[in-house]
Amino acid sequence: MTVTLRAPRNRVSRRAIGYWTLRALGGWLVLGAIQLVWLMSAGPTGLRLLALVATAVLGTVHLIVMPRWRYRVHLWEATPEAVYTQSGWLNQERRIAPVSRIQTVDSERGPLEQLFGLANVTVTTASAAGPLKIDGLDHATAQRLVDDLTTNTQATPGDAT
Amino acid sequence: MTGPQPWVGEAAGTVDGVDPSWRRLSPRMLLVHPVQELPRALVPLLGIFVAGTTSGHDWWAVVSLAGVVVAAMLRWFTTTYRITPDYVQVRQGLLRRRELSVPRDRVRTVDVTAHAIHRLVGLARVEVGTGRSDRSDEGVRLDGLSAAEASRLREELLHRRARPATETAAGTATETAAGTAAETAPAPAEAVPVAADVEVELVRLRPGWVRYGPFTLSGFVTVGVIAAFLSRLVNEAHLDPTRYGPLRAVAGHLTHAPVGLAVAEVLAACVAVVALASTFGYVLAFWGFRMTRHSAGTLHVTRGLLTARATTIEERRLRGVEISQPLLLRVAGGARCIAIATGLRVGRGAERGGSLLLPPAPRAEAERVAGEVLRSREPATAPLVPHGPRARQRRYTRTLGTAALIVGVLLAGRWLADWPDWAWQVGLVTLPVAWLLAEDRARALGHALVGGRLVTRQGSLVRRRWMLDTDGIIGWNLNRSFFQRRAGLSTLTATTAAGHQRYEVLDVDLAEALHLADEATPGLLTPFLERHA
Repeated sequence: MTVTLRAPRNRVSRRAIGYWTLRALGGWLVLGAIQLVWLMSAGPTGLRLLALVATAVLGTVHLIVMPRWRYRVHLWEATPEAVYTQSGWLNQERRIAPVSRIQTVDSERGPLEQLFGLANVTVTTASAAGPLKIDGLDHATAQRLVDDLTTNTQATPGDAT
Repeated sequence: MTGPQPWVGEAAGTVDGVDPSWRRLSPRMLLVHPVQELPRALVPLLGIFVAGTTSGHDWWAVVSLAGVVVAAMLRWFTTTYRITPDYVQVRQGLLRRRELSVPRDRVRTVDVTAHAIHRLVGLARVEVGTGRSDRSDEGVRLDGLSAAEASRLREELLHRRARPATETAAGTATETAAGTAAETAPAPAEAVPVAADVEVELVRLRPGWVRYGPFTLSGFVTVGVIAAFLSRLVNEAHLDPTRYGPLRAVAGHLTHAPVGLAVAEVLAACVAVVALASTFGYVLAFWGFRMTRHSAGTLHVTRGLLTARATTIEERRLRGVEISQPLLLRVAGGARCIAIATGLRVGRGAERGGSLLLPPAPRAEAERVAGEVLRSREPATAPLVPHGPRARQRRYTRTLGTAALIVGVLLAGRWLADWPDWAWQVGLVTLPVAWLLAEDRARALGHALVGGRLVTRQGSLVRRRWMLDTDGIIGWNLNRSFFQRRAGLSTLTATTAAGHQRYEVLDVDLAEALHLADEATPGLLTPFLERHA
């Protein structure tokens, strides 16, 4: 008999794909702009043009592949006993924390996230290594998750260390 | 222990027998404070002295010196402290009055340190730690109390605490009559006063262990600092050290010797100096090392030759033990023990903050001490499950890959930028080193679950065996990189509130990782596990 760890049940919002794309686009644009300025000021040579083209190709591939891959990986689940998340794309990580050990539940909405109607939820335990972050949740879902977790956490006594 | 049992409390005005009145530091601090403050004020004092003598006002220096001494002595008059049933409070400052209160149930560590000056007049400094992790935590610092008062305060703060009823059985062997008095004393609902404290010695430094001193390399930093200081001094003063006395002879000898021999001699000299400094550092830091267990549920560590340090770790905050072996120490057959405890940051340097349980000592001794602290010998000695050929393969790929990358870069530099040939030839040396490192790292990998502890081992340059209480595990991270997924491996990280906060089982087979996590924390993974026939 083999035992496997199934993935968490819930997907994040589909709008997260757009959010991740836009967030990554910023970095690539900065890199491209630096190369463009360099190209203009120092004159175009074969190597510099090649570098710019390579950046454009890599950036495009990253922007197309990463958000969709990430969307398939990012999953979460909260039961009355535990919170379980999966995140990443190339490197993937699953984190499990018992509700009885939860110390804080934070919900945050950055400007980009507000644009897409998203929010992220961070669940921290007494360990500095164990925060569970759920990225790209629908705002209403995030609100409900925070409420659920807060209620469950209050029900368990102890100082959670 | 000297002094009365604090909870017997004849002099006490409160319910649980703690003296709540404001107390002063030891009057002998009137001698110590000026001696401590003078070095800090030395530079301005010298300035005033020079300015005074050049302008003909010799009395300037005398007045400012007296001012410093008086200001230092004022610290004694302006500092008071008290221990109430709920708080430790310190008031200090003349112009800027400051009152610091620490709730007593937040007190996690009490360190008693006595520097050479303190010891001369029989005093000690008490630091009360609350285990906050941010750097701004200064905590309560009482500098200083008489040595007897300091140890009595430690008892007061740590030993009169809530504890499970099962452990009170240890109190049957009473040392003094305090036991009966304590039982009749009315107690708050939470605190269960136990009979007199019984102290059991777990380990004491043997002089022979000093032989591990040279292998700690702690002298490396010291020698480096001194060398840097000297070279700067020489540069600033425009001295040519080769022109003086014995140094001249040494320089003359080195310039005439063959290059290989000269290099070998200089290296040997450096090694000798570092070894000597390390040994010296070992003696200075760890002389008189002694660890005892108090029946009240604390581990008590004392050590130090000139500066005596005493650290107390509550056992209810202890989540495990680490046996760590830096490469050199491992070659010499030594190891050291470090506590994994909540509210106790893992410090840097040879002393590891306050968490050191055993200085470099024979490996068997480290295993014994770990067993004593954990109250179970198995986690320290049990054979570990190796991580198999795929984990071994990854160790080789990673170290050899890095070495190949270094050689590749050096070769590319040779072709593109005319780097000298010897660069990549020297770079080739990294390949066999990487090979050895990979083999050693592969052999280190292992894990087990024995005696209620998650045991995991890894590392070559510093090999660590972590023994973590499964009750202290507050979550799991299961990490799988792209290449780990291809190899069917995963890195399982147990998160905890103690020590490093994360303890990894590196590159373990996925099914084995799940099995391990499921067994260590029964029930936590169950809703997410699927069983296939």
